[in-house]
Amino acid sequence: MSTTEQEMGKALDAGGHHDHHEIPWIRQYIFATDHKMIAKQFMFVSLFFLVVGGALAGMMRWQLGFPSQPMPGGMILPDAMMAPTPNGAIMLPEFYNSLVTMHGTIMIFFAIMPLLVGLFGNLLIPLQIGAEDMAFPRLNMVSFWLAVPAGILMLASFGVEGGAAGAGWTSYAPLSTSGEWTGVYLGQQLWLASLTILGFSSLVGSVNYISTVINMRAPGMTWFRMPLATWSLFVTAVLILLAIPILAGALIMLLFDQTIGTGFFRPEVGGEPLLWQHLFWFFGHPEVYILILPAMGITSEVLANRARKPIFGYHSMVLAIVGIGFLGWIVWGHHMFQSGMNPLLGTSFMISTMAIAVPSAIKVFNWLATLWKADIHLDVPMLHALAFVSMFIIGGLSGIFMANTPVDIYIHDTYFIVAHIHYVLFGGSLFAIFAGITFWFPKMFGRMMNEPLGKVHFVLTLIFYNLVFFPMHNLGLRGMMRRIYDFTQYEFLAPLQPMNQFITVFAFLLIATQVLFVINFFWSIFKGEKASENPWDSNTLEWTVPSPPPHGNFAEMPMVYRGPYEYSSPESDTDFLPQTTPPGGGSSGVPEPTPTPEGVEA
Amino acid sequence: MNWGDWSWMMPEGFSTFTAEVDSLYYLILWITGVTFFATEALLIYFIVRYRHKEGRKATYDHGSTKMEVVWTAIPLLILIGLGVLSKGAWDRMKIDVPAGAMEIIVTAKQFEWNATYPGPDGALGTADDFDVLNQIHAPVDQPVWIHLRAEDVLHSLFLPEMRVKQDAVPGRDIPVWFEAMATGDYTIGCAELCGIGHTTMNGTLTIHSAADFQAWASAQAEQRPQPQP
Amino acid sequence: MTPTTADRAPMAGMKVYNLKLGMWVFLLSEVMFFTGLIGAYIILRFAHPEAFAEPGVVLNVPLTAFNTFVLICSSVTMVKAFAAIEQGDQQGLQKWLLATILLGAFFVGVQIVEYTILTGEGFVPMAESYHAIARGAAEGSAVIGGPLYGATFYTMTGFHGAHVSIGVLCLCFTWWRARKGAYTAGSLGGVEIMGLYWHFVDLVWILLFTIVYLI
Repeated sequence: MSTTEQEMGKALDAGGHHDHHEIPWIRQYIFATDHKMIAKQFMFVSLFFLVVGGALAGMMRWQLGFPSQPMPGGMILPDAMMAPTPNGAIMLPEFYNSLVTMHGTIMIFFAIMPLLVGLFGNLLIPLQIGAEDMAFPRLNMVSFWLAVPAGILMLASFGVEGGAAGAGWTSYAPLSTSGEWTGVYLGQQLWLASLTILGFSSLVGSVNYISTVINMRAPGMTWFRMPLATWSLFVTAVLILLAIPILAGALIMLLFDQTIGTGFFRPEVGGEPLLWQHLFWFFGHPEVYILILPAMGITSEVLANRARKPIFGYHSMVLAIVGIGFLGWIVWGHHMFQSGMNPLLGTSFMISTMAIAVPSAIKVFNWLATLWKADIHLDVPMLHALAFVSMFIIGGLSGIFMANTPVDIYIHDTYFIVAHIHYVLFGGSLFAIFAGITFWFPKMFGRMMNEPLGKVHFVLTLIFYNLVFFPMHNLGLRGMMRRIYDFTQYEFLAPLQPMNQFITVFAFLLIATQVLFVINFFWSIFKGEKASENPWDSNTLEWTVPSPPPHGNFAEMPMVYRGPYEYSSPESDTDFLPQTTPPGGGSSGVPEPTPTPEGVEA
Repeated sequence: MNWGDWSWMMPEGFSTFTAEVDSLYYLILWITGVTFFATEALLIYFIVRYRHKEGRKATYDHGSTKMEVVWTAIPLLILIGLGVLSKGAWDRMKIDVPAGAMEIIVTAKQFEWNATYPGPDGALGTADDFDVLNQIHAPVDQPVWIHLRAEDVLHSLFLPEMRVKQDAVPGRDIPVWFEAMATGDYTIGCAELCGIGHTTMNGTLTIHSAADFQAWASAQAEQRPQPQP
Repeated sequence: MTPTTADRAPMAGMKVYNLKLGMWVFLLSEVMFFTGLIGAYIILRFAHPEAFAEPGVVLNVPLTAFNTFVLICSSVTMVKAFAAIEQGDQQGLQKWLLATILLGAFFVGVQIVEYTILTGEGFVPMAESYHAIARGAAEGSAVIGGPLYGATFYTMTGFHGAHVSIGVLCLCFTWWRARKGAYTAGSLGGVEIMGLYWHFVDLVWILLFTIVYLI
């Protein structure tokens, strides 16, 4: 038998064969190789970092809302961060710079990315394509266990002398090349080391995702029958595969500049500061699409399912995802319009940036059209998915201002940019993450999350979130710069004090509201209403296996007969038609009985 | 609660750039504003109109190639058109420094701005040049050509009322120009994180009448020790 | 209808098993990694040509050319190793793997020697200047800085050398497994992916040698 045939034979032995093995506790929960367990591992660690990132933001907002006033609880922080006074502890500018840097770094690399890619990539890809696990389960385990030390290093950097990195999450040179400029020494190096290790984690993960999607689709699961969540995760994995190595190279060069005196980015010895920017943003722009594409995929799944209607324009949606993936490589210079880069390049990057808005616009129109003449169930996942669409519209439109080079002259490095970032990353990605977690929670834990509590969390989050970030457009328009410890030093910005305070108050309320999600999450794991196999009456393959699925996922090889969005099809006597239901003969989708208070037996 | 300066209007500008930059901004605001209200209204309308009710059934509709073409082509045309429209302004602001501009050097460093003026001989780089700290002075209605430099790390010269922003890069000499249209005191800010004192890099841009500027420049030169013949 | 193996076949045109697909995908990322390093070198060289030496002034081209030849030979032996196991020839597999290991180790050894000589002459990747006196340049002539030229040289060739070293270690593991009879004509994935990696490393070197030593 050839190697190919051997592997295929192994793949056929899904599920049943493996149940006989006694898996020791440590192999099942700690050094797990099952993609579903790894997904949960990523989820718990990332949610922890989401909280850390939020706490860092809260401290930043204190300083901005109440500049140089004693911060409640500040006395417990060391003198290097907060200057003690008789009235309490006041934040130091060096700590503010670290907060700015670490908030961005942790949110992007240790919260949003691992939630979208580590959680949903691992959870959904094998299940949605009908595979028993990832192509390389042990490599998958390595991917998670590389992320953990990376996270530890990042947190540890707060405790070293000089504090945590303070050159922004973008770590521009020459500022980042030496503690002489930032006051941060070891902290900056730990930042570099941490991200390099995390880069490896993402890289091996992407090898797994790509190989799995290409090679391990069940019979009948053609490319154009794959759910959009899987498509978006596949393209995201390709972006990771190709962009992360560029970042790795740049991080290593910067580490050398900091430690052994090389001159890649140091002008005092002939180096090029702009080289850092080019390398960083050549990675950095695909990175932001890494942060949004899976969110778009999740939104498509939830929207189609809860609207009981096929996704409008499935092929266009796929083309848009692929188009975003391609175009994302030729727009990086729009982060550098004012950098001193040749202005002629400014024009070419403006044109390509304008172009890349188009596939995102196509997706928004397709989502809207999906809702048209639909049957919309406003459950918690759907609410979050709708919020994604709504907030992403704002985030996307604000991007047009900064894509325009003359206007960007004014708004670059102001809070207008901060508003844009947060509309796409929070209004976009995070709402999609909430949608995804609440939607797939039953599949992960066999229980439903609490619906009323979920709705309260959603409404409060949406309101507070907009009150925090929408005014930032106006702050930026007034000229308020980013990463600025005390804007009141500028006479022209002093009138913005009340608006900053307003934002700060609602930021605290926004952070506090997330406690509701935490409570709902943990309570539901233990006490949530038991979930059946397919509580959402969905078509995709993950809903044809128990909640949670056993090791090996599918007891028998699934056969796929149609696409994933056959909702309200005339072929079915219900409003859904699973991908694996045989045509004609055999039962079409049978809806789940309405859950009784005591729960439903699967 | 005092909302301070809440507005979608650009703050008042005082340079020849203002007209072009601000009108581009308002054009984009108009386009995005209309799009925003239209799409969000449609979203809310669909949610309300098509929400689940007993007996409701969704339409089995996979899409429409015609619609895809329409809503691909229209945004593409608008956006590319916007880009093409803006190229001129960008070139004028960043590339085409006008003739007859008064040249000075502005050097950024942690955490101050130093402006170097040519002195009585009118030439930069000679012994009678003089420096001022955290100030830039210029005459009204005359282009000013700043050679922007940095001594240590990246900074960014931000003159909001003049619609000017340009990163200062150590090892480079980057041209920045503007022409002020009204006298007065304006803001100099640093718009690129440059270290612990980033927040303190503010200064004053003073625009004088032509005569007052001459007076100021002469007075400054007189205060400095004269070069030995 | 019970699915059969035929139904489970990879989609048409993609008849590649997981291990091989995974290696190809991984090598794509390696292409990007070296692109970043080489790209940085090219950009810095165009921006500051005076900080870089002409070929042969600092670096020993003949020695490295010979080393390149050695690495190419090791790719040939690797091909022969794979061909052997395709025929089920266990002895041949082990023999040619060993040859590849020895040639690979030799390459790394020469590179270490080269580094030792260069650093001994003062060509180090830090903020000091390096006087190109070693190979016939006159005393007090052009000063070439280490921070750019040395930095890029050692980073590019050093990471390549690290990749070769890791390859040698993996080949040792493969050879050890071969001695235990782990590979057959029907189960040669481990050897094939080692071959892919090894050829890639060789290709990168040919590119690096040309760009760094000859241009």
